[in-house]
Amino acid sequence: MRVTFTVNGRRETADDVWEGESLLYVLRERVGLPGSKNACEQGECGSCTVYLDGTPVCACLVAAGQVEGREVRTVEGLADGDRLDPVQEAFVECGAVQCGFCTPGLVVQAHDLIERVAEPSDAEIREALAGNLCRCTGYEKILDAVRLAAARKAAS
Amino acid sequence: MDFLRPTTWAEALAAKADRPEAVPIQGGTDVMVELNFDLHRPAALLDLNQVAELAEWTSEEDGRLRVGAGVPYVRLIAELGNRLPGLAQAARTVGSPQIRNRGTVGGNLGAASPAGDSHPPLLAGDAVIEVESAARGVRMIPAAEFYVGVKRSALEPDELIRAFRMSPATGPQYFSKVGTRNAMVIAVCSFAIALHPAERRVGTGIGSAAPTPRRALAAEEFLAAELDWDARLDPAVLARFGELAAEAASPIDDVRGTADYRRHAIGVMARRTLTWAWNEFRSGHFERRAG
Ligand SMILES: Cc1cc2nc3c(=O)[nH]c(=O)nc-3n(C[C@H](O)[C@H](O)[C@H](O)COP(=O)(O)OP(=O)(O)OC[C@H]3O[C@@H](n4cnc5c(N)ncnc54)[C@H](O)[C@@H]3O)c2cc1C
Ligand code: FES
Ligand code: FES
Repeated sequence: MRVTFTVNGRRETADDVWEGESLLYVLRERVGLPGSKNACEQGECGSCTVYLDGTPVCACLVAAGQVEGREVRTVEGLADGDRLDPVQEAFVECGAVQCGFCTPGLVVQAHDLIERVAEPSDAEIREALAGNLCRCTGYEKILDAVRLAAARKAAS
Repeated sequence: MDFLRPTTWAEALAAKADRPEAVPIQGGTDVMVELNFDLHRPAALLDLNQVAELAEWTSEEDGRLRVGAGVPYVRLIAELGNRLPGLAQAARTVGSPQIRNRGTVGGNLGAASPAGDSHPPLLAGDAVIEVESAARGVRMIPAAEFYVGVKRSALEPDELIRAFRMSPATGPQYFSKVGTRNAMVIAVCSFAIALHPAERRVGTGIGSAAPTPRRALAAEEFLAAELDWDARLDPAVLARFGELAAEAASPIDDVRGTADYRRHAIGVMARRTLTWAWNEFRSGHFERRAG
């Protein structure tokens, strides 16, 4: 089947999509956006987190046909040209990235948190990131990065 | 495989009548896992995301809430948390934020897993499930009759779940769940309680400790007979309630826990949730909060 949707502000059409295919597969394999990672395909790891109509979801659990006519924003759509999004900058500065596999999902999820909650408490950060697994960092640097990004956003 | 995209409830019912083998998909948080792992390859998917009616909830004339099967947990928590506190507590324990952004009570009912977190509070709160088919119209199924076996419900192949109906809480409600951590866990077992003070009655729901979610009926009857609503909670009544709740379970040993552990934990959670609910009831806090 054919699926037409908007991704990072651009209209995309994917052809020959299998009806049982996930949005994640469409993004990575059909429209050339491999930022969202495929690690579990069962909603457990969060590395495929993208915005669907402004709400963070696991792209692996959205059927391709369900995004027809809708708007998707992936990690590739956060930076403004060469200027990284403040959350991405904070991840780099705080050393919150090691192998980087979990990073795209965490960045999108953290981006959503600080959009919704101006000065999130540690409990709120932990709760927001509860569905994003990282096997490298031990999470402390990730928490630092989210606190930094939130503080900068609040100050600006 | 076909991908069916009805845009109205009537179209959805017509599609299900025409293709009873089609698998409905709402949030996809159960359906997509099965597809991704090729556990199940249905002849057709019936996408319900375009059916706007399913994503709405209303207050009915009889005072009950009618909550569309497609209202995601995140909205249930934000918009109905005060009126359906037991269900909202359970919803807060489902998966992760991403899962709660997509997952729905309708999908939980469709999956009918004994471990589904919606079921115990739906049972304790006397919820009724509204299902419909093009051929036979609407059927109202009390939650206690909806679950008929492991991952099997009373839903017929040509029917879809439209909504659940439930009265706004008239007394404290609590949900408790045992798992290996606080996020992202399928319940080892769970328990829900709802006080119905006007009727001097307590509702219960047991999760993940029997082939289906079920009420602890003998425990409910015991409280209806023995609970003194104007006094502090009698420790002997509390203890007996825990025993009867544990006896209502018929758990199995599996990877998540043993039957013995589950039975024990159900008794503990029954006592705990009743204590929480009773303390809130006696403090008058519930009435103040409900305004
Ligand atoms: C990582 C992860 C964690 C999870 N954690 C939990 C948890 O903690 N607790 C819990 O209870 N569940 C959990 N789940 C399971 C799942 O999220 C829930 O069961 C959720 O409520 C399913 O809702 P959905 O809208 O996504 O359902 P879908 O996947 O869309 O559908 C589920 C089932 O219901 C049927 N269905 C959907 N809508 C209708 C309808 N209107 N009429 C008839 N049939 C319908 C579908 O055909 C399917 O059989 C988890 C899942 C994942 C992936
Ligand atoms: S790949 Fe989607 S949550 Fe892991
Ligand atoms: S940096 Fe490797 S998984 Fe998080």
